[in-house]
Amino acid sequence: MVTLNINGHDTQVEADPSTPILWTLRDNLNMTGTKFGCGAALCGACTVHLNGQPIRSCVTPISAAVGQKITTIEAMESDKVGKAVQDAWVKHDVPQCGYCQSGQVMSATALLKSNKNPSDADIDSAMSGNICRCGTYQRIRAAIKDASKALA
Amino acid sequence: MRIEWMNGVASVPEHVSEHASELAAGAGVSRRNFMKAAGVLGGGLVLGFFVPGANRFANAQAPKAVYAPNAFLRIAPDNTITVAVNRLEFGQGVNTGLPMLIAEELDADWSQMRSELAPAADVYKDPLFGIQMTGGSGTINHSYTQYREIGARARAMLVAAAAQQWKVPPEKCKTAKGMIIGPSGQRVSYGSVADAAMKLPLPEKVTLKDPKQFHIIGKPTPRLDARAKSNGSQKFGIDNYPQGVKVAVVARPTVFGAKVGKLDASKAKAIKGVLDVFEIATDRGGRGVAVIADGYWPAKQGRDALLIEWDNSGVEKVSSDEQLNAYKALAAQPGIVAKDADISKLASAPQKIIAEYEFPYLAHAPMEPLNCVVDLKAGSCVVWAGTQFQTIDQGAIARTAGLKPEQVTLNTMMAGGGFGRRAVPTSDYLVEAVNVAKAYMASGKSGPVKVMWSREDDIRGGYYRPSHVHRAEIGLDETGNIVAWNHTVVGQSILTGTPFESMMVKNGVDATMIEGIGEPYQVPLKLSVHNAKQNVPVLWWRSVGSTHNAFVMETLIDEAARLAGADPVAYRKQLIGKDHPRHITALNLAVEKSGYGKKALPAGHAWGVAVHESFGTVVAYVVEASVDKGVPKLHQVTGAIHCNRAVNPMSIEAQAQGAILMGLGTTLPGAAITLKDGVVNQQNFSDYMVARMPDMPKVEIHIVPSDDPPSGMGEPGLPPLAPAFANAIAKLTGKRMRKLPFDLANA
Repeated sequence: MVTLNINGHDTQVEADPSTPILWTLRDNLNMTGTKFGCGAALCGACTVHLNGQPIRSCVTPISAAVGQKITTIEAMESDKVGKAVQDAWVKHDVPQCGYCQSGQVMSATALLKSNKNPSDADIDSAMSGNICRCGTYQRIRAAIKDASKALA
Repeated sequence: MRIEWMNGVASVPEHVSEHASELAAGAGVSRRNFMKAAGVLGGGLVLGFFVPGANRFANAQAPKAVYAPNAFLRIAPDNTITVAVNRLEFGQGVNTGLPMLIAEELDADWSQMRSELAPAADVYKDPLFGIQMTGGSGTINHSYTQYREIGARARAMLVAAAAQQWKVPPEKCKTAKGMIIGPSGQRVSYGSVADAAMKLPLPEKVTLKDPKQFHIIGKPTPRLDARAKSNGSQKFGIDNYPQGVKVAVVARPTVFGAKVGKLDASKAKAIKGVLDVFEIATDRGGRGVAVIADGYWPAKQGRDALLIEWDNSGVEKVSSDEQLNAYKALAAQPGIVAKDADISKLASAPQKIIAEYEFPYLAHAPMEPLNCVVDLKAGSCVVWAGTQFQTIDQGAIARTAGLKPEQVTLNTMMAGGGFGRRAVPTSDYLVEAVNVAKAYMASGKSGPVKVMWSREDDIRGGYYRPSHVHRAEIGLDETGNIVAWNHTVVGQSILTGTPFESMMVKNGVDATMIEGIGEPYQVPLKLSVHNAKQNVPVLWWRSVGSTHNAFVMETLIDEAARLAGADPVAYRKQLIGKDHPRHITALNLAVEKSGYGKKALPAGHAWGVAVHESFGTVVAYVVEASVDKGVPKLHQVTGAIHCNRAVNPMSIEAQAQGAILMGLGTTLPGAAITLKDGVVNQQNFSDYMVARMPDMPKVEIHIVPSDDPPSGMGEPGLPPLAPAFANAIAKLTGKRMRKLPFDLANA
């Protein structure tokens, strides 16, 4: 039994400590908002926050998260920055297939928490680890800028 | 929420199947007959809805009644209007576009609209293709009239019901925003007369709106699923966890179609959470090993722990370098003639372009890895999958499970991309999942099994865009007019050996291999093809043949223009035949909006132009690019889209942006699948590279206004992007890109 703090709640999970956070969220806790894309920290679909920092949950074992704070897409609606990002995503009609967007929203939220007014280059740099095959990047750029304005 | 309410379909199969077989046979089924059949289904559907506990939706939402003039539409007493989408939604926006068509004719308020993906059933077959499928950029254009008629019929019945209550003639009633308005100002909502309307006969004939009255069609409309896809609540196929589900991953042969030689599963079985290990039949007559476990992680660990010696003895082992040499040798020989022309002036032409092009295999790599849940029981099989090919898959599942198609329930799940990979004539990933479920059942277990693919499985799993070599010899006269063009294409046929062969392979020429070569240019072009047989499964990949054919055509025309000393836009316009006015319109619009030829570009930047028609839509791009330290960079794309009637301009723009990025991706380093001794060299996004945010150019899309019925939009934005970029690079460097992905250093 491993105790994890997920979205502010201590949660007990029956999983091997080497299990990646991703599979604990999905298979043990039925929190399916966090997505599996590559299993190798290459695509960003599985991005969650660990103590506020964006991490790839597909390669981070739960043992590394014990005593830390995991935040997932499911908590973003009640997060001021996360909600602003989601609202901007809807306003700009960002998602197409939508599969990568949980990870995109998590990366964008982390960016805006550390940089309130990111430039194009800041956005490209912060978001380059998140692959979108549908090609929503232009709308993501616009939505991040919009969220930044909304939070100002 | 799935569409259990559609289960009523099963109770009246005779109407449906009769209609479907007519459609499949290409018989001219009148629209009126179709709607009547659908009306019968509507009756069954509503009755099914009242069976207590018969469906989850009813229990969860507990509506008192529901009105369904046919199986495509449900108007609930709470005034929500739910549209059954007869397609897969995987990003292209049809679960917004199809409801727009219904909402328009129904005069619904957009806020009322909901959508659900329909399961496999005959009523949901594509009215043109005769099977239930999503592909060929065909959803909006094929279902444009179908869905509008459904909306118009529902509206007529609702009006009739209200008119009956008010004792007024229906023609004195109006509708607006989900309300019926009577002659003396009476108002009633659609939901409140839905039950009464359900009891009325289906109107024989309805008149569709004059497009001048449209207020939803043509209006930029955000996606119905935008919020759910921004907050993590949207469920995809991979998020489906039916009660008691177990997860399987499969070790597939490293060479396509190979078999298991020796297997030692003892270490795998020792991993906590691993339940069992089975040898199963895999695609192309191969054998594989399935590890079934409590979840993905133990299943994958179990697979990693398998000791397998593959038996590759009976299968061809392809190597890309050898294949390329063989293709090049073939390209120099005449093949099966696909288009004939008098090319006798080639030998004596004073100027010549001789060009050889290379295109690699490409994986689709949708962000959601393939997955399929199968619940197999004696006499029934329920499958959940994000598939583009319901009818074909339902049949394949039935054959594999030893059942009749009607014993198979196939639920369409929201899919995280696909780009063609989920429309597989062999139903590879579904058949394999059924084989896993059969082995599981044979071991005495029961319950649903979810087969999941890792990204490595996806990248190495075949069904690629075929590799190709093109060779062109073009003769030009002194002034640069093209006098003869000899063109040869070498590659694997996508359709040979599939159910589509009889329709789309004529005299050995696969229509998808040559689409987009020749037209719209009026040039004497002789085209021949060589069908290579290779042990690598191939498949359509967003825009199919145009992925390579547009590149070859549009870079060669550009090169001919440069040889002629002509402006590439003017040169194209002069060569585009009179029966292709949309090409000219699109080209003119892209030129005008981009400032091509007028606006000064920054030093080191150049324009590139391309225009191409695919799936009935013409797309012209004017791009701005540079080359910095040998690295090409695409800065800006101005696009003009001629897709006839623009149903949802917001979605059209999104599709163009996406197609541009995917087209750009084919030019970037690492966009290639290669093989050595039958084994795929790439594994993940580390070595099969796709476009990322810094690659994304600024995109500006303009839509040509048109009143003609809509043409395709999911794919046509892709083909002209790479050639436009290549043409700009040629302008900057004098080097012609003959190979994808681009390799400027060796060009």
